[in-house]
Amino acid sequence: MNVVLITIAVTTVIGLIAAVVLYFVAKKFHVHEDPRIAEIEELLPGANCGGCGRSGCHDFAVACATASSLEGLSCPVGGQTAMNGIAKIVGLASSSVSPKVAIIRCNGTCENRPHTSHYEGVGSCAIEGALYEGETDCIYGCLGGGDCVAACPYDAMSLDEETGLPVVDYSKCVGCGKCVAACPRHIPELVKRHETMVYVACGNRDKGALATKVCSVSCIGCGKCVRTCQHNAIKVTDFLARIDRDVCVACGECIVACPRHSILCKPKIEM
Amino acid sequence: MSKTFKIGGIHPNDFKLTADKPIVWLDQPDKVQMMLYQQIGAPSICIVKVGDKLKKGQLIAEDGSFVSACQHAPISGTVTKIEKIRNTQGWYGEAVTIEADPDRGNDFMEASHPRTQEEVDALSVKEIIDIVDNRGVVGLGGATFPTRVKLLPPEGSKPEVIIVNAVECEPYLTCDDVLMRTYPNEIVKGIEVVMKVVNVKRAIIGIEDNKPEAIKIMRKAVEGRDDIKVVTLKKKYPQGGEKQLIAAVLGKEVKSGALPVSTGAVVNNVATIYTIFEAVYNDRPLIERVVTVTGPSLTNPGNFLATIGTPIRTLIEAAGGLPEDTGKVIAGGPMMGKAIVNIDAPTTKGMSGILVLPEAESHRKKEQVCIRCANCVNVCPMGLEPFLLSILAKKHNWEDCEKELVMNCIECGSCSYICPSHRPLLDYIKLGKQFVGGIIRNRNTKK
Repeated sequence: MNVVLITIAVTTVIGLIAAVVLYFVAKKFHVHEDPRIAEIEELLPGANCGGCGRSGCHDFAVACATASSLEGLSCPVGGQTAMNGIAKIVGLASSSVSPKVAIIRCNGTCENRPHTSHYEGVGSCAIEGALYEGETDCIYGCLGGGDCVAACPYDAMSLDEETGLPVVDYSKCVGCGKCVAACPRHIPELVKRHETMVYVACGNRDKGALATKVCSVSCIGCGKCVRTCQHNAIKVTDFLARIDRDVCVACGECIVACPRHSILCKPKIEM
Repeated sequence: MSKTFKIGGIHPNDFKLTADKPIVWLDQPDKVQMMLYQQIGAPSICIVKVGDKLKKGQLIAEDGSFVSACQHAPISGTVTKIEKIRNTQGWYGEAVTIEADPDRGNDFMEASHPRTQEEVDALSVKEIIDIVDNRGVVGLGGATFPTRVKLLPPEGSKPEVIIVNAVECEPYLTCDDVLMRTYPNEIVKGIEVVMKVVNVKRAIIGIEDNKPEAIKIMRKAVEGRDDIKVVTLKKKYPQGGEKQLIAAVLGKEVKSGALPVSTGAVVNNVATIYTIFEAVYNDRPLIERVVTVTGPSLTNPGNFLATIGTPIRTLIEAAGGLPEDTGKVIAGGPMMGKAIVNIDAPTTKGMSGILVLPEAESHRKKEQVCIRCANCVNVCPMGLEPFLLSILAKKHNWEDCEKELVMNCIECGSCSYICPSHRPLLDYIKLGKQFVGGIIRNRNTKK
């Protein structure tokens, strides 16, 4: 019986001493943090995706709390609601957020772009792309290793087994830009989220003769789309057509005009 | 007892199918393509234009920067195209296409004149370096590092000894072996030139013991000399690595991040030495080299003296043509060589061998889980932990990759070779090197 009592007493005393020590240590080493940072973090998605250009949500919250103006600070995931909330907390004018999504600028499916070699190494685009041109002859096209799919923190990307190309689920994509950073060939591109998006699904910057050889839907920079577009939204640089998202009204005339079928259109997506 | 390096190493089978084959002179091709980027460093700058008539050996491209090399016309003929062509890896690179004149001879450019021993002795160090530079000599061991840079050790370093890399530790390859058996005296003269330039009194030729004939011949060529010695090395891969060779021959370790010359050794490949001899004594630019074309199913594998710029297909045809069961063609040896996706690409200065593997031997085995056997750690010649590096690189943990010295990896592939679970260790380590290298470069430019 005695043993039990002594044990309880000793444990209690140790516990009390530890509590007192911890109390003073906590007092001594207390770090004062702006309480607004925690409040801002509540509003952020907490995925630490880095879409804002900061290393994570906490870093972004600190930046918002210490900034003198919210201009240039925006969370693409939280969108306008989150930014309005943050503006209220820090007492500054809210910055406008234009939601973005990723588009895949390659349509080199197995049919369009025949395989010329067989790669057996690690299924990673970064490794395959550093080693050689890839399984097809196009040195600009998608390698199909799925680095973008692995990088997506929102489960918005998947590899289509039939085409071997990544597909973006526009109901999930928030435009954080992780896939853009992960792709060694910069095939995904962030663009403003529109109801209908017309884009050139090719990144081939070679002259027409070379581009035609490697893929049947490659952009050859012929400029037919430029002449067709009534809104002056398309420019050809380095034998590759690019559409200015701010000007394009998605009339779709270039899609019909393109002799190589390299311009695609993503149908209505949730705004 | 034969020497070798202490840390790690593996013992792959030799497969030196062409060890007893002599050098075969190939006919000059009707058309060659000279890549302007076939050395480490900057691409060469083209100085000819379409339609120019060229004499064999004439300069066609100047060095692009300090670390770069000149290129010369490998045949007499006309420049027909200067365009981007696909290299062996499928990448596009600028190249000069030269088509031979119908009435061409085998004559050399007019400026070419052999030098006598007295004339060579009278050359100053600077003159020799200029000759080596103007003749486009690069390291022929595979890395194609411009030789001029190697002959000019950085200030503050004290070279004491020249090490001639005649190890040829890659299986299948025999181009250095056959070169030593054919031109021992020329190689010795080349070594003398290098000794004079670097200002050292001692040279060591390191040869692995699987080339007894070459050892015998080279020993005979340096008989009675105190300054040049032949050292027999115990066969072990990757003994031909610069740091491994220094460890094997001198017993000194090159510290992490330091240049090999910090140990007092300047290492040059034996084929490079022979090219230096050709440049200094015969005034010949680097426009041809010995290429081992080999493979288990080739009908006529051999060591061919090929004109640089010849399509690889021509070389394979000289060796009996592409066998039906071909699964893979590799530029270089089986350990460090890279698979070729375009065999119409031209031969480059760094191509020591072309290996044609049958379908059955060209596939990877199924990857399994790591069983923590630590074989990769035991065989790593740089004392790294490949299993750890590969996992860190897979997780994109570049910070720890750098701490674990991923940049020290020489990409010899011993870890991937030995792994009983067939894990693609080197693939991931190369990824780590690529990213960590980029981070370090960024950091240095910021400073």
